[in-house]
Amino acid sequence: MSAPLLEAIALRTWLDGSGGVVRALDGVDFSIRRGETFAIVGESGCGKSMTALTLARLLPETARIVDGTVRLDGDDLLALPEAAMRNVRGRRIAMIFQEPATSLNPVLTVGHQIGEVLARHLGLRGAAARRRAAELLDAVGIAESGRRLGEYPFQLSGGMKQRVMIALALAGEPDLLIADEPTTALDVTIQAQVLELLRDLQRRIGMAILLITHDLGIVAQMAHRVAVMYAGTIVEVADRDAFFRASQHPYSRKLFAALPGLQSRGAELAVIPGQVPPLIGEFAGCRFVDRCEHAFDRCRVEAPGWAEIAETHRVRCHLRSRERAGALEARPGAAAAALAPPETRPALLTLRDLEVHFPIRRGLLRRTVGHVRAVDGVSLELRPGRTLALVGESGCGKTTVGKSILQLVRPTAGSVAFDGVELTRLRGEALRRRRGDFQMIFQDPYGSLNPRMRVADILSEGMHALGVHGARATADQRIGELLAQVGLDAGARDRYPHEFSGGQRQRIAIARALAVSPRLIVCDEPTSALDVSVQAQILNLLARLQRETGVAYLFITHNLAVVEYLAHEVAVMYLGRIVERGTVDEVLTGPKHPYTQALLSAVPTIEGGREKIRLQGELPSAVTPPAGCHFHPRCPRAHARCRERYPGDTHVSPTHSVRCFLYEEEDGRAT
Amino acid sequence: MTAYILRRCLYAIPILVGVNLITFVLFFVVNTPDDMARLALGAKRVTPDAIEKWKAEHGYDKPLLVNAQASGVAQLTDTIFFQKSARLFVFDFGNADDGRNIGYEIRTRMWPSLALALPVFVVGLAVNITFAMSLAFFRATRYDFWGVVLCVAMMSISTLFYIIGGQYLVSKVWSLVPISGFAPGADAAKFLALPVLVGVASGIGSGTRWYRTIFLEETGKDYVRTARAKGLSELDVLFGHVLKNALVPILTGAVVVIPLLFMGSLLSESFFGIPGLGSYTIDAIQAQDFAIVRAMVFLGSVLYIAGLLLTDISYTLVDPRVRFA
Amino acid sequence: MTLVPLWIDALVWLLVAVTAAYAWYARRQPHLAAPWRRVGQSGSGMAALVVLAAFAVVGLLDCVHYRPRLPAGPGGVPVYSVEVRSVLDALLAPLHARAERTYSAPLAIRAYARETVELSGGRLQRGYPRLQYAGVGRADEAARDRDVLLRSLAGAALGLVAWALAAVGWTALLARREGAGLGRMIGAIARGETAFAWRAVLLALLAIALVAGPVALLAREYHVLGTDKVGQDVLYLALKSIRTAIVIGTLTTLIMLPFAVLLGIAAGYFRGWVDDVVQYAYTTLNSIPSVLLIAAAVLMVQVYIDTHPDRFTAAVERADLRLLFLCIILGVTSWTGLARLLRGEALKLRELDYIQAAQAFGVRHGRIITRHILPNVMHIVLITVVLDFSGLVLAEAVLSYVGVGVDPSMNSFGTMINAARLEMAREPMVWWTLAAAFAFMFALVLAANLLADTVRDALDPRVRVGALAAAGGAK
Repeated sequence: MSAPLLEAIALRTWLDGSGGVVRALDGVDFSIRRGETFAIVGESGCGKSMTALTLARLLPETARIVDGTVRLDGDDLLALPEAAMRNVRGRRIAMIFQEPATSLNPVLTVGHQIGEVLARHLGLRGAAARRRAAELLDAVGIAESGRRLGEYPFQLSGGMKQRVMIALALAGEPDLLIADEPTTALDVTIQAQVLELLRDLQRRIGMAILLITHDLGIVAQMAHRVAVMYAGTIVEVADRDAFFRASQHPYSRKLFAALPGLQSRGAELAVIPGQVPPLIGEFAGCRFVDRCEHAFDRCRVEAPGWAEIAETHRVRCHLRSRERAGALEARPGAAAAALAPPETRPALLTLRDLEVHFPIRRGLLRRTVGHVRAVDGVSLELRPGRTLALVGESGCGKTTVGKSILQLVRPTAGSVAFDGVELTRLRGEALRRRRGDFQMIFQDPYGSLNPRMRVADILSEGMHALGVHGARATADQRIGELLAQVGLDAGARDRYPHEFSGGQRQRIAIARALAVSPRLIVCDEPTSALDVSVQAQILNLLARLQRETGVAYLFITHNLAVVEYLAHEVAVMYLGRIVERGTVDEVLTGPKHPYTQALLSAVPTIEGGREKIRLQGELPSAVTPPAGCHFHPRCPRAHARCRERYPGDTHVSPTHSVRCFLYEEEDGRAT
Repeated sequence: MTAYILRRCLYAIPILVGVNLITFVLFFVVNTPDDMARLALGAKRVTPDAIEKWKAEHGYDKPLLVNAQASGVAQLTDTIFFQKSARLFVFDFGNADDGRNIGYEIRTRMWPSLALALPVFVVGLAVNITFAMSLAFFRATRYDFWGVVLCVAMMSISTLFYIIGGQYLVSKVWSLVPISGFAPGADAAKFLALPVLVGVASGIGSGTRWYRTIFLEETGKDYVRTARAKGLSELDVLFGHVLKNALVPILTGAVVVIPLLFMGSLLSESFFGIPGLGSYTIDAIQAQDFAIVRAMVFLGSVLYIAGLLLTDISYTLVDPRVRFA
Repeated sequence: MTLVPLWIDALVWLLVAVTAAYAWYARRQPHLAAPWRRVGQSGSGMAALVVLAAFAVVGLLDCVHYRPRLPAGPGGVPVYSVEVRSVLDALLAPLHARAERTYSAPLAIRAYARETVELSGGRLQRGYPRLQYAGVGRADEAARDRDVLLRSLAGAALGLVAWALAAVGWTALLARREGAGLGRMIGAIARGETAFAWRAVLLALLAIALVAGPVALLAREYHVLGTDKVGQDVLYLALKSIRTAIVIGTLTTLIMLPFAVLLGIAAGYFRGWVDDVVQYAYTTLNSIPSVLLIAAAVLMVQVYIDTHPDRFTAAVERADLRLLFLCIILGVTSWTGLARLLRGEALKLRELDYIQAAQAFGVRHGRIITRHILPNVMHIVLITVVLDFSGLVLAEAVLSYVGVGVDPSMNSFGTMINAARLEMAREPMVWWTLAAAFAFMFALVLAANLLADTVRDALDPRVRVGALAAAGGAK
């Protein structure tokens, strides 16, 4: 085996935080071979991004590399003077980052930004540089590259910006590309495009990729080898196949078990108890010990070294070194609870042709020149005690649907009937009286709790406003019950939100909604800001609460795995309209609409195996939606009729309907 | 974009009307022309006749808003509001208490004002940006720390002391330039050198510190990390990337004062004896000449609003996001 | 004696009460106390606070006015002087009383200008006459120098002893509270290891003690900072000016706060026509150059005062009213900056999820504003209050110089500079009035700026500088 391209040995990087020194990296070693994709996977705060910045020596000012060696082709990068290091950056190591929207300089043209790399590292200037830049844009799949060179980043869509970032990285013809969560900020169909581009480029150019991600699905699709990171160190390294077939570290196994999906439906997801330990000192033993169900005495007193499972598979765990592997064999999960029987009660919530249009004002007199059709005729039904998932990519209008149900955004047309009462016509006090019936949980656990209020005040706010549990004593008692219900201890009531982790905050937000005993909760991406293991806790909680209280959920999400796990029915939204709906089984296992099919195939999964349908382009603007079927410009199966009018609703089964011309013939008519 | 600028222009009209009303209320309603006459005449000679005579001489002997005695349009035009306030809209400022035409004075005095204020503005901007950039370059080092301390110390000194100190050192001790005075043409240089120096120096503290914050805010952004990841040197990053972005807030913040440069600066002009609008205003305040103060209030507002317009336009020039939107 | 309730005094004490109440409340709220604890960790910030506190003590002593009781009149009816004095006046009475005829240099025992004096024999002689109240009994300059040195040393020693007693006492108290030994506590403070920056506090106190001690002793016999044109002690003038500076720096903000907070938040939260009206109001006010607006308004007040002399019984009251008006006018011109900041913040906050959650509960607007928005913009308000102080102190000097500041009879740094500006041109130059005004203002403003920096960093590193400075454009 040839020498590796890059070798990192015992990296230690410390950060000066307000609470003392944080040992963000505490002994990280790995190596990357030429032309391979090496993935580092881990949850937020484990140090994976810090690893990338340490390799390129681009750390923030509060961080410093304390110890370690980075060898790139034999050169010790950490020993190079800064001037020599600049010859490495962009030339031998290139980087792309998570947020393409902020990673490009907003006031410089695309051509200028690529040209800088060409001039700096290849000495290309003028027409030659321009030609080369255009080639690079072609290579990353940007059409009309000549024109795009003169454009500014704000004129490009999110996916295109990330393509430009990749072009920028390729410009120096690097040996190693560090991609730090390159698709996390992108929609799933765009993510699929970008990942495919990276794979394709690697095949053609043969550069190595260090891929940093939190998504095991992406790892399964992209990586040749995988490293799992936890609390500032790498705990397991393996070939992809070995890793997905038989991961060895208890933490790695928990990550898999925490993934929601069809297979775990109705059962509790595995959770990792406790939290990542603070990285402020030396660890005497294994840093996972407090959360590990297999821990034994030695784990507390001795930090585990590398145990070799196979030539290419190593793990930092005493279980392996002592051949106690038997303990690790998967235990059967809790028996899948029987699915709730089909609900026959009348609908709790009915949306009919709901429209939310935001006016666009322009010109001298601020006249309305157009509308953003955020929601453009949505009809839905949700029965008591059930979960309806509203699925779609960002900008499709799904959050606006949720807010307009709660009348936080007033619909411009259509009807929202809750328990037979038309909410859009209610005003003032009449609406206020109803508000206890429907509540909302928000995406960002940091923005959804007022940082200046105690938990008890946060929970009692709704009760006060709606006049439930008027007496102080009963309100106090109710707060205690709520905290217990969401799994927080009673001491939480007098603390402030900043003292809680993201998952705990989301529990508080759930308790706040529960406080007024709603019959419907609109959950707006409640787990998308959380790590996988925390997400599992919240999903378990939501499922349990539904069983206990019979609350109905409108679950807004882009994460299809969560839908599979939690929802009873699904509605798929595209550009303000619902294109397909039905039960989870119907839609997710037998999708009819080409968009649903593409969406499903774009999700990177561990199993793989789905037929790949790649969509071209990105979500069009909701101001000027394409004529006819909104999806036709991206649809692989579009034909002439699709350009003329929007297809009607076609029922493929009593519970499954789709709006697509492909099925109209079968049914014979549009409803 | 044209529609945008036109709309901003239209928006300026109600603001000017508002300014005019405020000055009208302040000068004619809160205090009546009678009060002004008494003040101008001094305590001893105040008799009803003298007051009427003073008011007639200065054109204040009309009703405030509606003249019941006149007929037709004159009912509205032959009033103090129309004669004194509404006329400001066509830049007809009337006469000062000493009988001189205010409009003429403004036209002649704005050039010396500009001759002082413009160099202070341009040199000050350049100096402050340069200092702020060097502090940003050496950020989180001792230079930066002591630079900021120096800035805070310089901010803590009143402009008055900069002027007095400058006059004492440069003119009196070193005898480099005349202590005050003004001459037209090229001779102005020797009179203006010290006021410009003082003006720039007094603004360094706050300006440098303010721009430094802008630069530091920019250097924390993601695109700077991208630029470093390309292998650019710190200087290239600072000049090629950070400066261009920081100029958006800096220039648009500075543009608003450009029209106001015509108004000159009160203190410098009065200390250095420069016959500009600043010293004109200060003399008027000290002589309690309300006609001039009123005119300067209105002129200042017009120029400020012009500055706001220029700011809007400059946004479209420096920021491609606005230009192409 | 009988207290004279001046408007300014009442407002200043109200402000003190509000500040104390806030401090008491914030101590109990961990999220309010935490940033202030960060302020307490900053050495420069705490040293600045001590210096400001020293100024504040002088200013507050000058904010209690009364008429002293005169010897009882016929029938034992108490009679009060027509002259209104403050506690500070009473303390500084010797300084005020020992007025010379005209200029004298700091610590001089002879007049600054040569005069023709009549000798006992009726002969006239030109020379530097002895001052009436300075260095009485010292034969000549050499004796004066010895005396000055002696008094300085004694004063410094006195200051040092007083400081040492206070410092040890305080450290003992701290040690008791922390349950540590006195020696260890002293060590911790000396090495700057305490969480609160006690070392900086004690060092600043030491500096003040070392200055105040000698000055106090010297001022009993000499004019430490010289005398002005009419022979008044410059040290007295400077000390009396502190009240004006502090009043302008604090009351102005106090007056403008309700407008700025109410209108700014309302504009951002309700948007729509409320926003249009508020924006129109502050753009219009902003578009008038602030110095000119202030000048116009002050001129109007002056006209009013001049034409209604009968309404003001004492000169002090008149000057006081004019100062109050100046604060109001400055407040009116300066609320716009804060209002704009708060409007922007409220616009951002109203979109936040926790406010949406409150709306989903049907919580009323008033309650959303007081419970959710106000507490989350308080840091901006506090930062602005602290930041504006120094700008306003500087603005007062400029405005008084221009002639639209405080009443000319009122002591202020502006009037001091205004009176002294022509003295630079004298030969030989009279520099000490300006130097005194410079030194006092610089110390006050620098301390305020340093504290403002600390407060801003601790409360919110992202808030930008420059909410105002009323006469910022008045250069």
